[in-house]
Amino acid sequence: MSKFQKKRGKTTPAISTASLPDIIFMLLFFFMVVTVMRDAELKVTVVVPDATELTKLERKSLVHHVYIGKPTAKFIPVYGTKPTIQLNDKIVREDRIKNDIPLFIEQHKLKVPENQHGRITTSFRVDGKVTMGIVQDVKTQLRKSGQLRVNYSARARAGELK
Amino acid sequence: MAKKSARDRLSNEVSAGSMADIAFLLLIFFLVTTTIDVDKGILIKLPPWSEEEPDIQKLKDRNVFAVLVNAQNQLLVRNEEAQIKELRERVKEFIVNPQRREDLSEKPTKAIIMLKNDRGTAYETYLKVYNELRAAYNELWDEEAEKLYPGDFEKAERKFEDMPFAYRKAIRDKIPLVISEAEPTAFGEEGAQ
Repeated sequence: MSKFQKKRGKTTPAISTASLPDIIFMLLFFFMVVTVMRDAELKVTVVVPDATELTKLERKSLVHHVYIGKPTAKFIPVYGTKPTIQLNDKIVREDRIKNDIPLFIEQHKLKVPENQHGRITTSFRVDGKVTMGIVQDVKTQLRKSGQLRVNYSARARAGELK
Repeated sequence: MAKKSARDRLSNEVSAGSMADIAFLLLIFFLVTTTIDVDKGILIKLPPWSEEEPDIQKLKDRNVFAVLVNAQNQLLVRNEEAQIKELRERVKEFIVNPQRREDLSEKPTKAIIMLKNDRGTAYETYLKVYNELRAAYNELWDEEAEKLYPGDFEKAERKFEDMPFAYRKAIRDKIPLVISEAEPTAFGEEGAQ
């Protein structure tokens, strides 16, 4: 009898799964480390535009977000369909930004050591279809409250500019 | 045969067989909740607020590069219609003025980019335009970096960004970033949508 036939006759040896838990654990730890829990529930729909000249925002504790977009389906009965401003997790009515934005910035400053106050950044996450009027109003309020570091959040553009 | 004691029959090892299942469960949980997107964007510095009207400085026309965006998202660059695509090259040419043309800036330190939009301009268009203006400066800085410090940063893709602070400052002093934003007009204010 030839050698080949002999081999085929044997049952295939099982692959050892003993190291499987280790591999899975490795993946698990990776994802545990990179996971960032979403800090604010989005109450407005935001699709940020594309751009190329991007800088990464570091130090999450020094960043607060301003979202501007149309309210999501759940919030349309409450806030209507016009573009709305959301500061971190709260929706702010357009006529109240005069009071609420300075207050919001002061609240953030309380959480940050004083020598870092100059590095606090406002990140604008604005839907591409929103018109500039509402954005301008927020910018004006920020300037009035002395919050000048601003970031226009954007996605990296892959292809050519249309 | 001697009867085995009860203790012998019990295996004294914890089964590790279900370990993988538990780990899988956790893994899937973290997979679902993970958002790896770091916040990226165009970092700008707003001018401080002042109550009084800015006094109108006498600037030579040749030193001002005015970009206007209207509520229909159309561009008017130096009183002519233009496309966003051509903006980057035109700004670069305006700042450096390699041919010493009479209608472009005298020198990079005197060049001023003025951006004015309408309250009805779409944010997307505004950001596209701003991105192009910024890109023009970034490209100029990269080129300048190569000219001033050749060979030092050949491997870096973005030469300017990877340089030490002192080098960056030297370059920025030669070509300062001046993008001035005027108060927007309100011709196309958004109505009820």
